[in-house]
Amino acid sequence: MPQLHINGKDVNVDADPSTPLLWALRDTLGMTGTKFGCGQALCGACTVHLNGAPVRSCVTPISAAEGQQVTTIEAIGEDRIGKAVQAAWIRHDVAQCGYCQSGQVMSATALLKTQRQPSDADIDKAMAGNICRCGTYIRIRAAIKDAAAHLA
Amino acid sequence: MHFDPALAAELQRVLWHRRTAGDGAAVLERRSFLKLGAAAGFALGVFPLRGSAQAAEGLKPTEQPAAFVQIDRDGITTVTVNRLEFGQGAHTGLAMVLAEELDADWARVRARHGDASPAYVDPAFGMHLTGGSNSIHNSFKQYRELGARTRAMLVAAAAQQWKVPAASLHTESGFVIGPDGKRASYGELADAAMKQTVPQQVTLKDPKQFRLIGKPTRRLDAQAKSTGQQSYGIDVRLPGLLTAVVAHPPVFGAKVKTVDDTAAKAVHGVKAVLRVPTDRGGEGVAVIADGYWPAHQGREALKLEWDTSSVEHPDTLQLLAKYRELARQPGLKKFDADVSKLTSAPHRISAEFAFPYLAHAPMEPLNCTVAFDGQKAELWMGTQMPGFDAMSAAKTLGVAPAAVKVNTQMAGGGFGRRAISTSDYVVEACQVAKAARAAGLNAPVRTLWSREDDIKGGYYRPMHVHRAEIGFDDKGNILAWDHVIVGQSILKGTPFEEYLIKDGIDDTAVEGMKEPYDIPMRLTVHHPQVNVPVLWWRSVGSTHTAYAMETLLDEVARASKQDPVALRLKLMGDKHPRHAAALKLAVEKSGYGRRKLPAGHGWGVALHESFNSVVAYVAEASVDKGVPRLHAVTAGVHCNLAVNPLSIETQIQGAALMGLSTCLPGNAITLKDGVVEQNNFGEYRVARMPDMPRIAVHIVPSADPPTGIGEPGLPPLAPAFANAIARLTGKTAPRELPFAQV
Repeated sequence: MPQLHINGKDVNVDADPSTPLLWALRDTLGMTGTKFGCGQALCGACTVHLNGAPVRSCVTPISAAEGQQVTTIEAIGEDRIGKAVQAAWIRHDVAQCGYCQSGQVMSATALLKTQRQPSDADIDKAMAGNICRCGTYIRIRAAIKDAAAHLA
Repeated sequence: MHFDPALAAELQRVLWHRRTAGDGAAVLERRSFLKLGAAAGFALGVFPLRGSAQAAEGLKPTEQPAAFVQIDRDGITTVTVNRLEFGQGAHTGLAMVLAEELDADWARVRARHGDASPAYVDPAFGMHLTGGSNSIHNSFKQYRELGARTRAMLVAAAAQQWKVPAASLHTESGFVIGPDGKRASYGELADAAMKQTVPQQVTLKDPKQFRLIGKPTRRLDAQAKSTGQQSYGIDVRLPGLLTAVVAHPPVFGAKVKTVDDTAAKAVHGVKAVLRVPTDRGGEGVAVIADGYWPAHQGREALKLEWDTSSVEHPDTLQLLAKYRELARQPGLKKFDADVSKLTSAPHRISAEFAFPYLAHAPMEPLNCTVAFDGQKAELWMGTQMPGFDAMSAAKTLGVAPAAVKVNTQMAGGGFGRRAISTSDYVVEACQVAKAARAAGLNAPVRTLWSREDDIKGGYYRPMHVHRAEIGFDDKGNILAWDHVIVGQSILKGTPFEEYLIKDGIDDTAVEGMKEPYDIPMRLTVHHPQVNVPVLWWRSVGSTHTAYAMETLLDEVARASKQDPVALRLKLMGDKHPRHAAALKLAVEKSGYGRRKLPAGHGWGVALHESFNSVVAYVAEASVDKGVPRLHAVTAGVHCNLAVNPLSIETQIQGAALMGLSTCLPGNAITLKDGVVEQNNFGEYRVARMPDMPRIAVHIVPSADPPTGIGEPGLPPLAPAFANAIARLTGKTAPRELPFAQV
């Protein structure tokens, strides 16, 4: 049985090693904060961190996550940067339907881990893989800059 | 989706009839409704716990506070909202409206979904409906009165306890306050208040007294939605829950010829492979497993042959040619005017527009969970019409409507896709649950669509062709305008047909034409029948009518060397002060005509009313090597009283972005030999972060009853962008959406 290290805990996952991490999280472990949007790494709703870097969990088999630190939306608030991002998301009233926002928060947090003061171009590049049909991009951009300012 | 108030009553009668007809089950009695209102929720401090005993006889279910407000002993006030929350902010907005009149402490206010009980119908339509940008518009007075009634009961309870006249008391932020400064919290008074009679008459606040309404207020669900804690329909977890995916026919309504499910059944976790009826008389194959991944793998492993011989194979290229041909002849007449002046007019424009099918593609893939024990069923899904869906489920499962309970779930977007009179994804989930039970699987089943199922699944914004012949003089006075619209009717064959199709013309195909301009227009319509299911899509007919109207008007302005703002103001005269105010506000705030734009940038203006609200955009765009780009948009919005200005800002920004999506190459659904050519977000392109322009939203102040805001921001975006492109290139505005190279 594959063993994963998720949000600081070792977890046995009763699923085939080829199962995408998304479905191991959602269906096997009942962690539904990570969302299914496209299944093809085209929309970013399923974004989680592997060793702090953003990956699309819908195309990441659990075999590829073994032995690595998996962080999901459920625990990103325990991270200083993740917490600042979530606080900025609330201040800017970013979410509408909110369904894509787990992935948006994970991508934004990963960006701020590597770029403390991201430019508009940095934000475009880091966030282009995360679709929001409600059209919250303008507020996401503002929230990322605000989170960066709070972290500085 | 403009509903005439006179029609609403009729619609109510029909839907009521529909609800009671058929299975012979009676409408939920008032007593049952009251039980529903009081039974749900908290163990302690429920208000009114025994509300049924004190319910006011003369009040309708939709007027009883029992079903809408619960106050815990610690003061937490939960407002039940009679609308689906799917991003538009109705839960925050209507909770604000109720809390305003209740004088609740906003920090302690929560919102939750109502169910499919009659208490939660739209008070104007008499049916469960979240749509037409009507949540605040139709329930503003209702939620104010509910708040005021609840407040009056709390005041009466305090008056009784303190033995003082109720008139000597006032309320403030969750407290009743006596003349001597004595205070009792709503939580403390809740038990006593629920024993009070529900007042028939209440006095509402003077808008000058509003503390919450009009104040930019963050969403009640912002925290949950920023931390992954918000649960949606797709997240429902039940003991033993199974997941089904369905292999749908490749052509709408086609059937299965042969199935080889050997490999599918061999997938670890697959429980059953079952043939099930699908939408439009088709047939599909459901793979049921103990999770989405094995179900999906099982579906991939199916060897299927389809029989598509009995259904039409639509092809969008051929359809387009047919539509263009049709547009050259007049159709059914919507407006009449003398168009003989076309031939003698000094200037003439001939234009033909094409608009593609569009998928809604909400971020949460469609899903519905069904627990069915053979006698009764419980459903969980995000739906804009839970009442309809409950009836469809009952019919599919062969049980009485009263045996079906719908639990409306927070939805990850919808844009119209979850308001569907065929209840397609709900019926499919019920077919799967019924087949699963017949196959001996005794477990709730969640039927979950993949993104490919969603993109290929039909119920699109219909494809349209518009053709216009316009004659005008040197001053831009329009002498004659002959306009033809070709497109499938959305409402034909639905229960709305009787009320919203007049003289063969579907209102949703022509809404937004002509108004607010005083022009001699003849408008005729063709509604071809095509084997592609179609549906309303955020802002419905205005998605195409606004584009045709507003780009053509701009073309008249350019050809007659007039300012496009001035021409619009001239053509609307003094009959449309809300339009003029919205346009002038956008113009003023944008700096249009005064501010110098960067080299290569140009202005574009458009204006449109939909759902009783007016939105004007001034756009700033550029064209680089044939590729148009939208840099900034300034909005002037007239939606009467701005209940939550922050929500209005976010809705306009979001609708504008969705409007921008319709301009981007790849935002189209096409069919070849009956098969949808797009699969996922790779082929069906939508706007992403780098596409987002700056959007500034300005609201015209007003104290009139609020009008819609979820949709009206969409229609004028594409024409404002297109008009800027036309000014930059010196050519006509693009005649097709999405834009090609210009």
